[in-house]
Amino acid sequence: MTRSPLILAWRRFAQNRGAVIGLAILLVVVIVALLGPTLMPQSPWRMVGRPFLPPLTDGALPLGTDAVGRDVLTGLVHGARVSLMVGLVSTMVALLIGVPVGALAGYFGGWVDDALMRFTEFFQTIPSFALAIVLLAIFQPSLFWIILTIAIVSWPPVARLVRGEVLSLRTREYIEAAILSGQTSLQIIIRQVLPNALPPIIVLASLMVATAILLESSLSFLGLGDPNVMSWGYMIGAARTVLRTAWWLSFIPGIAILLTVLALNLIGEGLNDALNPRLQRREE
Amino acid sequence: MSLLSIRDLAIALPKGADRPHAIENVSFDLAEGEILCIVGESGSGKSMSANAVMGLLPEGVNPVKGSVNFEGGDILGLPERAMQAIRGRKIGMIFQEPLSALNPLMRIGAQIAEVFEAHGLLTPGERQRRALELLREVHLPDPEKAIRAYPFQLSGGQRQRVMIAMALALQPSILIADEPTTALDVTTQAQILTLIEELRQKRGMGVIFITHDFGVVADIADRVIVMEKGLIVEQGAVDDVLLRAKHPYTQKLVRAIPGITAGEKQDFEAAPVILKVRDLNKTFTTGGGWFKAPRVVHAVNKVSFDLRTGETIGIVGESGSGKSTCGRCIVRLIEPDGGSVEMGGVDMAMLKGAALRSNRKRIQMIFQDPFSSLNPRARVGRILTEGPIAHGTPRREARERARELLELVGLDASAMKRFPHEFSGGQRQRIGIARALALDPDILIADEAVSALDVSIQAQVLDLLADLKTRLNLSMLFITHDLRVAAQVCDRIMVMQHGKLVEIGPAGKVLSEPEHPYTRSLLDAIPGKAYEQALKQVVEAG
Repeated sequence: MTRSPLILAWRRFAQNRGAVIGLAILLVVVIVALLGPTLMPQSPWRMVGRPFLPPLTDGALPLGTDAVGRDVLTGLVHGARVSLMVGLVSTMVALLIGVPVGALAGYFGGWVDDALMRFTEFFQTIPSFALAIVLLAIFQPSLFWIILTIAIVSWPPVARLVRGEVLSLRTREYIEAAILSGQTSLQIIIRQVLPNALPPIIVLASLMVATAILLESSLSFLGLGDPNVMSWGYMIGAARTVLRTAWWLSFIPGIAILLTVLALNLIGEGLNDALNPRLQRREE
Repeated sequence: MSLLSIRDLAIALPKGADRPHAIENVSFDLAEGEILCIVGESGSGKSMSANAVMGLLPEGVNPVKGSVNFEGGDILGLPERAMQAIRGRKIGMIFQEPLSALNPLMRIGAQIAEVFEAHGLLTPGERQRRALELLREVHLPDPEKAIRAYPFQLSGGQRQRVMIAMALALQPSILIADEPTTALDVTTQAQILTLIEELRQKRGMGVIFITHDFGVVADIADRVIVMEKGLIVEQGAVDDVLLRAKHPYTQKLVRAIPGITAGEKQDFEAAPVILKVRDLNKTFTTGGGWFKAPRVVHAVNKVSFDLRTGETIGIVGESGSGKSTCGRCIVRLIEPDGGSVEMGGVDMAMLKGAALRSNRKRIQMIFQDPFSSLNPRARVGRILTEGPIAHGTPRREARERARELLELVGLDASAMKRFPHEFSGGQRQRIGIARALALDPDILIADEAVSALDVSIQAQVLDLLADLKTRLNLSMLFITHDLRVAAQVCDRIMVMQHGKLVEIGPAGKVLSEPEHPYTRSLLDAIPGKAYEQALKQVVEAG
């Protein structure tokens, strides 16, 4: 009977209760992000009621309204889409930069490694949040640039991780066999090395989505977000002046961020356990 | 009265394992001052029996039946705290890999002292003094200096001596040794065996010695237990078991041990030279900085030889002798510093890029570790076809050929769709051989290709290699540390020491009348030679 490593990994993942809960929460967030705007087609910026309406007082506005009378629930639903998209797309871009840099540095070593790693360190030595603020101050605060900024400040750990993995993988005998069989370096990196470096990359990526969501929220909180887009961070930022009189305006989007990030972390941990080769061997 | 008596022991494996019990119906006694060897192939449960005695079973694996009687009580399933008092103090244990069994950040002296500390014995000053005495007792060279050394500063054999010193620290009445010499060179192995023998006599300890090597068994055992798939198939005095084996499994194992006398060898003097290696050189430079001269190691030092078509040359030597580096330099997995490797008029050492890739097709390698030599995420079909496809063979043709190759190496064509982890070590090595053959090479380099395999599997793989060699008219460089294996498969043997080729000649001659003293010391260190003679007499007597 042929069972691919993927199926085995899924079985181990499914045994981890925390990871399954995380996956369930994330699925709800994803469904809200995908369907929400269709179910609540009105703009989150429209004023619909009196300002500072507390939650659970009006059946039509279950989560109340904010300082200018906008519906908090609509904001939350539309914000889910922005937060998730920023998290996913920026992580993807960060992987697109970090994986090739790390793989080339680790595989070729020598001066290639030196050059690429010094370049990486250049980004690592600047505090990432400060760099993000500076970059956004230079760029326009649109969604495109926010995503790019987050990607630029978050790719170095990916490059480091991939380099380390590749360094240990490239001494394996199957890599030597691939060299002997006449495959080119590029083929070997893509077909032999990277698939085996994938597990830790996946784990890191799941955590990076969470970090990216937090980073976007922090930037929006500081008012560096896209002013045309309703995001969870913007909602918290806008409500910070009324924290003492209307605490729920910060609390509700805060909970949304907390749950999403927590879900992603649980998934990351579950993936780590499921893809860990040591545990895998024990089961065999 | 016996020191340790195990009765009817059974250990259950977790659900989903290949068999319900790791070991079953295991009963044996260990007398004072006796060396009892447990032999068997991997997965036979030999280590499991010892771990059960020490209460060191992995999670999910539990004893379900039987008793382990020691000092008048059953110690099986004793609570952890009670076992801690027995471990080390009453029963000592040494392991296969001394490097991972020692703490890399602690000095040797402190690690030995820790054994006393763990049991709350002696004062710190006395502990150090005892540590020094112990190091002397295990004949560690320069014990005053060694006590302040870190594990990485010692050689493998020295580390194993430290492990033995730690195991003996509290004067246990039983020493359990789990494959203690498997990771060591043959000359070091001989020294460690002598040491264990000496300590046994001096201290009257009972020793349980777990090994897969019948030569070692023949040299040190008083009694032998042979295990197969968790069952004891035969036990008795060493001569009875090894020379007059009753159980077919024992007979099979004994027969599978290659002898050190060279078999029938062909003379290839007249055959054309296919690989001409001249003055091959490789140095490794480590360390060095602004104030320190770097350490230079001559891994391969001016090695020259000719390989003739159809011939097998064995490259033998201990670890660090440069034999593997030599093989890797020839195929340019390691860049040689100098010299030439001529194959069909082309100097492999000079080629670059695409020319190197296309010429390398003719010379392929079989690797040592069947677990790391196959990409765990690729199905066998892909593993076997990647090479030919990279050289321009159409996919369909390559897959057809892969099926043929699998049958050639004795596997079913259905293996194409499976992943490496679904195969046993021997089967994986067959896949590795099929991969090497996929490019129709003229020369095979086998780097310790059978070292990681059990002896019966080893014999099968060696037979397969011999068969393929004649069928496909291959020439072979066979790199090994095992002189028995070299004797069996090689036409000529070349001995390397410290990167230098010290002796090369026909296998029979090198093994029976070695010229170089180093070759002689290697031959002398092989365990079980007296036994081999005895076995031959028994066989001849019918």
